[in-house]
Amino acid sequence: MLLSARGLTKRFGDFVAVDGIDVDVRRGEAFGFLGPNGAGKSSTMRMIGATSPVSSGDLRIFGLDPATHGPAIRARLGICPQKDLLDEELSVQENLWVYGRFFGLTRAQVRARAEELLDFAQLTERRADKVEPLSGGMKRRLVIARSLINNPELLLLDEPTTGLDPQARHTLWDKLFRLKRQGVTLILTTHYMDEAEQLCDRLVVMDRGRIVAEGSPRALIEAHSTREVVEVRFDADDHGAHAGALAGLGERVEVLPDRILVYAADGDAVVAALAARGVVPLSTLVRRSTLEDVFLHLTGRTLVD
Amino acid sequence: MGAAGPTPGPSPTPGPAPSPSSAPSRLAAGPRPPLSWGERTAGLLAFHLTLAKRTWRGQIVSRFLTPVFFLAAMGLGVGSLVDAASGGVEGVPYLRYVVPGLVMSSAMTLAVSESTWPVMTLLKWNQMYAAMLATPQRVADIVRAHWIVIATGIAWAVAVFIGIAAIAGGVGSWWALLGIPIAVLTALAFVAPLFYVAARSETDEGFTTIFRLVVTPLMLFSGTFFPIAQLPGWLQPIPWATPLWHGTVLARSAFLGNPLPPWWWAHDGVLAAYVLVFHRLTLVAFRRRLAA
Repeated sequence: MLLSARGLTKRFGDFVAVDGIDVDVRRGEAFGFLGPNGAGKSSTMRMIGATSPVSSGDLRIFGLDPATHGPAIRARLGICPQKDLLDEELSVQENLWVYGRFFGLTRAQVRARAEELLDFAQLTERRADKVEPLSGGMKRRLVIARSLINNPELLLLDEPTTGLDPQARHTLWDKLFRLKRQGVTLILTTHYMDEAEQLCDRLVVMDRGRIVAEGSPRALIEAHSTREVVEVRFDADDHGAHAGALAGLGERVEVLPDRILVYAADGDAVVAALAARGVVPLSTLVRRSTLEDVFLHLTGRTLVD
Repeated sequence: MGAAGPTPGPSPTPGPAPSPSSAPSRLAAGPRPPLSWGERTAGLLAFHLTLAKRTWRGQIVSRFLTPVFFLAAMGLGVGSLVDAASGGVEGVPYLRYVVPGLVMSSAMTLAVSESTWPVMTLLKWNQMYAAMLATPQRVADIVRAHWIVIATGIAWAVAVFIGIAAIAGGVGSWWALLGIPIAVLTALAFVAPLFYVAARSETDEGFTTIFRLVVTPLMLFSGTFFPIAQLPGWLQPIPWATPLWHGTVLARSAFLGNPLPPWWWAHDGVLAAYVLVFHRLTLVAFRRRLAA
């Protein structure tokens, strides 16, 4: 067990950011915290990263208590924070070098390691350039490369692809896949359900500081949603007015401001039933259930507002 | 180690080569040897040094030329008038009187400028302090390393200033070299409270005010250009309660050949108290901000 938390809690004054969560992460696994902004994911990550003290509960990373062994834990961690925290005055490779020195690596170790990581992050050609003009995706890759400088056993990624365009996200996912295959344990937070599905072996769904569900993406979908979903849109400002027309269809109907979701094992059957009732929506879309649907079902809210 | 063991490292390419000679365990799986005080400091100084390599050219003007201009204007320009009118100040030619004051106030100015915007940069704008704290470094380490960098920079600037002043005839004793540690102590008595202020600031708006309302008045009212006895009585508590005058008294005495002026221990004590008290407060403020 690489990480184990019991009743882990983070308070800021009266505000409870993380409300007594239990988590176990095994070596070699990719583990995710999925939840909307403000769910307590980043506070959890900062406690796991041994950069923010635990308010109450028990937390062990590598079997060590971050309150007493913070530096020893951080020596074996790679931390990829939500913001890039790069020194934009320095070049790409200088950012790697200086960061490695913080871990007490020698100049030679840092240079050799930077060489490998520049290649890994596809930044070798930009090595001597300043960081400032790099694209968002390149900066993110640099931050990930930097977090690997000490050859960490556990990599913490807080919202690794937030703010990146789809292509940059896929490039990054590919890099993270490669790390996982090499045996690095990954813990990541995300509010993108596709990211969680792509990367995580196991995840917890967080809402308002608590864990509301736990399991593999597939198991969560099976347990908390139907196989398919029909997204029905009407030419209307208030979709609630059309809810009656869909009542009784599928296993469950969720009314959102901009669409109505019908949860059913067979989506096409729902579309056919709609036609039989003489209901004519603007559009219908049959898709597979995702973690977004799980979250909606568990909390009554969407992940991304 | 590397990708072969039961607890493989991430090494995207083959991984760190085993090199038994150069602390290989810092890259190996499993527990890693703790960093000593010196190793942590050296790691952080390497960063500051890399940064300095990028910026030292821009600092030449502020560090060396500005004090030289002051020396020329105040020491030689005003000095010739003062000496012609009254034969100097406190029995010495005005140039010799004013040089230690200029050295100390330039140390103060450097200390304040190095402890405001650059601290805000690392604290907030590029958050490199936070990046440092994601490694085995601690808050006390990052503060100490940054202070060492600032103190070293000021020691150099002051040494050059004293050298130039000596060439201009403004230095009367080898004891003037004591001005370097005195300047560093005085500078730290500003660095410490300003780190605290920076750690408590959300924006840099207050920094310009500090220069207007603290640095400039202290430079004028701390015995830099004239003895504080010339000040109206209600202004005299200002130099007593603030670091610059204490440093200037110590430096002026050393420059004139007397390393231990009366009450030297009190002057040193005030400076040391500023450093120690605000060092504590800075650590608390940094922890609250970076490790909450």
